Amino acid sequence: MTTPAQTAANSVVISAADLWKSYDQGAIAVLNGVDLEARKGEAIALCGPSGCGKSTLLHLVGGLDEPSHGTVTVNGKQLGRGRDMVYFMRHEVGFIFQLHNLIPDLTMEENCLLPAIAAGMKRSAALSRLQELAERTGLEDRLKHRIQKLSGGERQRTAICRALMNRPGILLADEPTGSLDEKTSGAVFQLLLDLAHTEGVTLLMATHDRSIATACDRVLEMHDGRIRTEC
Amino acid sequence: MIFLRLILVNLLRHKIRTFISIAGIAFSVAAMLTVVTVLEGAVGMFSSILSSGAEMIVFERNVSDLFFSDVPPNAKDDIARWPIVDHADPVLFGVVSSADHPIITCFGVTAKDSRIRNATWVSGSADQFDKGGTPVVLGERAAEFLEASTGKDVPIGHGTFHVIGVIRTRNGFEDGGVFIPLEAAQRFFHKEGSSVITIKLRNKEDAAAFKAQVHRQYPNLIALEDAEFSRSYSQFKILKATAWAVGGCGLALGGLGVANTMIMSVFTRIREIAILRVNGFANGQIVATIFGESAIVAIGGALAGLALGVITLYALKEVPALHGYVDVTIHPLLMLVVVMLALLTGIAGAVYPAAYAMRIKPVEALRFE
Repeated sequence: MTTPAQTAANSVVISAADLWKSYDQGAIAVLNGVDLEARKGEAIALCGPSGCGKSTLLHLVGGLDEPSHGTVTVNGKQLGRGRDMVYFMRHEVGFIFQLHNLIPDLTMEENCLLPAIAAGMKRSAALSRLQELAERTGLEDRLKHRIQKLSGGERQRTAICRALMNRPGILLADEPTGSLDEKTSGAVFQLLLDLAHTEGVTLLMATHDRSIATACDRVLEMHDGRIRTEC
Repeated sequence: MIFLRLILVNLLRHKIRTFISIAGIAFSVAAMLTVVTVLEGAVGMFSSILSSGAEMIVFERNVSDLFFSDVPPNAKDDIARWPIVDHADPVLFGVVSSADHPIITCFGVTAKDSRIRNATWVSGSADQFDKGGTPVVLGERAAEFLEASTGKDVPIGHGTFHVIGVIRTRNGFEDGGVFIPLEAAQRFFHKEGSSVITIKLRNKEDAAAFKAQVHRQYPNLIALEDAEFSRSYSQFKILKATAWAVGGCGLALGGLGVANTMIMSVFTRIREIAILRVNGFANGQIVATIFGESAIVAIGGALAGLALGVITLYALKEVPALHGYVDVTIHPLLMLVVVMLALLTGIAGAVYPAAYAMRIKPVEALRFE
């Protein structure tokens, strides 16, 4: 017999069914029928060569793009028509990109507060949350630093803080360590994994790095727009 | 606070571009303020010539310019006898020239005219006015540029006049004009009557009755109250419309500058806008940052333009050739209108960039890493 907590933990958070995505009126096919399920708190790595559709799959799951065919369901609700996508982006999903995508003229603190401002969070609550994340990522002394003054690893840790600001249930990471050296890459990934576990976040991560991928709960191998194997 | 930072950061990121936009609005506002104020001042001065010691004016109906108005001499004598009229003063307007001065306004007036009675006499006196001969009283500035003084003869047009005095008034047109007795002016301009009759009523409330009586007895004439005349006189309307049109064109140019700046601003930060969207910014919030930028540019430009306009007006006032013609009284309402127009222009300039920003798809903007 399972407890309610176990039931919740095993609940499907992301469900993608028969996802197809093509561009130029079907001339360029990127996804060719992808099915995917992710459970609460699970860390999933998407591996595969460049152009196999990893990033596109993340974009569809994150609501940044719409599938040509198929459905994406997150927390029991299908993305697309009728769903408040602004609310979804603010509260249910966080993004981490390979090139961190921070605003260079703002400080680390200001960058991290952007999602909180967008969501209308009280400043005191936002600062408290940021302090907590900054401590956990070791950036508490970098809060007032401009992004240009931060190292590559610090920038990516800033991006992680920003993605987690509004306590999303899902974290989508597109090559989060792709622009970092091996040592920094390992540290940043470990931090990401730890935070995802402690925050109870479902992590869906595209990566080329096998050593990082194998540390996840599941590894999905993608080729030619399809999930070929599951390790 | 960070919202404001997002706006300011973008403006400060391209300081020269921001400065040029603010300067564009500032010059537009200054131009509008200066042109409108100068022309409103000129209109006000001309109106004050007519309203000197009077509250109504009678002139020929349907004339395009008061210089072409011809009020018959018997009308003045008749109207002056009406019980509701306190006094009626005929004024004949003419334009004459002298060496180096192609346009000099000439006022043909009687000795009873308030301009002659109430002026500050720099030299000479009103006693000799209207006593026959060809006397002339010069406005102070006219005396300067004609290099004439009391007791001398001065050539004006095809005649020579004897200067019996120099007067100072607060009106630039009068200060730059010459005053000739009405009969001499009628001979000089080959007219029998006058251009206008300025009327002072015994009781201001009789204005409507006076107008009706003029209409009944002199269908070719029209009587208007001073304010009514200022509003309806076609020359004034043309001048005011010209002023607003010139100013409006200036503001439109400034608006195009803002539009250009905002378009560049949006185009150069498509990626940044995509980042904001990925972080939960709604269209309204993104549009607010763009309108915020244009509003800051417009307000900054408007304030700088007001300062520049006031400085320009005071500078124009000090130009000797314009002495007395420029009235630097700036109406608060005009300032408010100009600032509001600048703000509207700035906001209008941000409409297309904002609409463009709303159409930016994060996935496309972020793909080009």
